[in-house]
Amino acid sequence: MKVIFLFRLFYQELKRQKKRITLTIFALAWGTFSIVILLAFGEGLKRQMIKSTHGLGEGICIVSSGQTLKPYKGLAKGRIIMLHEEDIELLQSRVAGIELISPECDRSRNNMTYERKSLTERVIGVSPSFEELRGYYPQRGSRFINSLDLKNKKRVVFLGTELKKRLFGKEEAVGKTVLINSIPFLVIGVMMDKIQNSMYSGPDVDKAAIPFSTYQAIYGDKYLRRLIYRPKDLSQAETVKKEVYKVLSQKYEFDPSDSQALEIWDMIEQEKLMNNIFLGIEAFMGIIGGLTLIVAGVGVANIMYVSAKKRTKEIGIKMALGAKKRYVLLQFVSEALMIAFIGGALGVLLSFAIVGLFQALNLKGEVADFLAHPVISLDIMILTALILGAVGFLAGVFPARKAASAKPVEALRYE
Amino acid sequence: MIRMKNIKKIYGAGSAQVEAIKDISLEVERNEFLGMIGPSGSGKSTLMNIIGCLDVPTSGEYYFEGESVENFNHNQLAEIRNEKIGFIFQNFNLLPYASTFENVEIPMIFKGVKSKARRARVMELLDRVGLAHRASHKPNELSGGEMQRVAIARALANNPSLILADEPTGNLDTKSGDEILAVFESLWKQGHTLVVITHNPNISARAQRIVKLKDGMIDNNKEKKGESPLF
Repeated sequence: MKVIFLFRLFYQELKRQKKRITLTIFALAWGTFSIVILLAFGEGLKRQMIKSTHGLGEGICIVSSGQTLKPYKGLAKGRIIMLHEEDIELLQSRVAGIELISPECDRSRNNMTYERKSLTERVIGVSPSFEELRGYYPQRGSRFINSLDLKNKKRVVFLGTELKKRLFGKEEAVGKTVLINSIPFLVIGVMMDKIQNSMYSGPDVDKAAIPFSTYQAIYGDKYLRRLIYRPKDLSQAETVKKEVYKVLSQKYEFDPSDSQALEIWDMIEQEKLMNNIFLGIEAFMGIIGGLTLIVAGVGVANIMYVSAKKRTKEIGIKMALGAKKRYVLLQFVSEALMIAFIGGALGVLLSFAIVGLFQALNLKGEVADFLAHPVISLDIMILTALILGAVGFLAGVFPARKAASAKPVEALRYE
Repeated sequence: MIRMKNIKKIYGAGSAQVEAIKDISLEVERNEFLGMIGPSGSGKSTLMNIIGCLDVPTSGEYYFEGESVENFNHNQLAEIRNEKIGFIFQNFNLLPYASTFENVEIPMIFKGVKSKARRARVMELLDRVGLAHRASHKPNELSGGEMQRVAIARALANNPSLILADEPTGNLDTKSGDEILAVFESLWKQGHTLVVITHNPNISARAQRIVKLKDGMIDNNKEKKGESPLF
C-alpha cells in the first residue's frame, strides 16, 4: 500500500509538472544513451583489438635468439645465443608450468607451385601445438599438422588463408598436391580467416606450415628461429618466464639477469598494457557520459525543489498526522529515483536499439572492423545503473532534506 | 491529560518580535470537552498548535499525559501526533489526490498498521461518520460537511486520547455544522477528550468548560457545572 501510495504521488506530480518532468526525463535518457553508447563503442573497439592481438596467440611467450650484454663466468659480452631443437625437451622436462610448447623454423623464399601457378612464399616448420599456441585454426573439413605427421615426417602442408586464395583461388585445396621447391606436399588444411595486429615475419595468413620433422629433413637448420610456449596458469606467467630464462641461461651459460641474452616477446604483458590503455579510454568516455548525466541530475534536483515547495502544504498535513521526517525523505528520494529510472530505462532502450542496428549491419572494412561493432556488456549496464542511482539519489536527497526540515505549523499554513 | 505552566510563545526576533502567547497556564482533564474562544490574534491557534505538538513553546512547561514534551525530538513528537492526537482543521486539510478511504487510512500507514486491519478500521470509522458509501470519492467530490466528517474519521483513525479541532464548523453551513457538532457530542460521550476552538455559539454552549483568550492570556476560565456526560 505504501509503495502504491508513492506511485500515486509520483503520478500526481507528473501531471502537475508535466513539461518539466518530460524534459528532465529526456535529458536523463540522453545522458544515459550517451554514456552507454560511448562505452559500448569503446567496448567493441577493445574486443576487436584484443581479438586481433589474439591473432598472434593468447597468453603466449615467444622466445628467440639474442646477444649477451653482460660478461659471465669468464665469457665476454656480445655472445650471440641461439636456440636449439633439444631446448624444447629440456624446457618441457625442467619447467613444470609450461602447458604447450612448439619450435619454429622458417625460410622465406620457397617456390610453391600448384598446377601452372607458381609463387614465392614463406614456409615454417612447427609442431602440432602450434595450432593452439598461435591460432592456426583449420577451416571446416580440414586439419592442422598432427603428431603422426610429425613422427613420420610426412610431407603435408597447412596453408594460410590468403596464400590458399592466391594459389588455388576459389578451388578446394584440401587433398590437392602442391610443390614446395619441387617436393610434393599434400594439402591437409586451410587456416580460418583471422585478424592479426601483431606479427613477426609477415601475417600468418600468408604462410605455409609443415611438420617440424619434415622441415628439418629438408632444410636441416642448425638453430631454431624461435620457440613458443604458453604457461598453464596465466597468473603464474611471470614465474614461468623466469624459470624458462633460468634453465636456458644454465644451458647457454649467460647471466640470468642479462635481459638481452634471449629475446622474449611476452603477449601476456602486452595484453595487460593494452587493457590498461583501454581502461583509461573507458574511464574517459565514462566520465564524459557521467558529466552529461550529472547535468540531467541537476534537472531532477530542480524538479524536486519545485515539487517540495508546491507540496509544502501536503507535507504539513502529513506531519500533523504523524509522518516522520524519514517518510518525507523517502517520498522525495523515491520520486527522484523514479524519474531517474524512467529516463535511464529509455536511454538504455535507445542505446540497445542503436547497438542492435550496428550489429545487424555488421559493417566490414579496415576501420569498420574496429569501430562499428559496439557491445553492451554487463559491466556497462551495472555502471550505468550505479551512476543513475547516484544521480537520482543525490538529486532527491537535498530537496527532500529541505522538505523534511519544514516546521509542521509553517508547512500547514502554506498556501 | 494536559498540563501547561507559564507557556510563552514568541515569533520572530528583534523589533519584528511578536508575543503570540504571553503567559498561559492551563489544565485539561481526561474526557473533558473544552471550548476555546477569543478574537482573532488572541493566540488561540498558537496555543492549539502547541497543545497538538505541532509547535514548541518558547518557554514554559508542557506535560502531555504526564510526560514532559519539551525534550522530545521530532520523531517522538511525530509519534505523539500520530497516536495520541487527532486533528480537525477549519479547512479540512484532506489530501486532494487521495480518496476518502485513503485519507482516513493515512495515520494508520504512518503507525505501521497492517493493511487488513487498516481496511477494517477505515470502514468502521466511515460507517460511524455515515460516509461508508463515499469511500472511493475524492475530496472535491464531497460537500463541506462530508469533507469535515472524513477529517473526523481520519482524526480518530489511531484512536487518539485527545481530539483537537480548530474552527471545525467555520467553513460549513449551519446544517452541516450541526451535524459535526452531533458527532463531537457522541465522541465526548464515548470518552474522548475534546479541545475545540470555535466561534460557533452552539458548540461553545455544549462545551463543558470555556476558556476565553485575549492578547495571549486567558481572559476567563468559565466552568459549567453539571454537564459531564457521565451524569
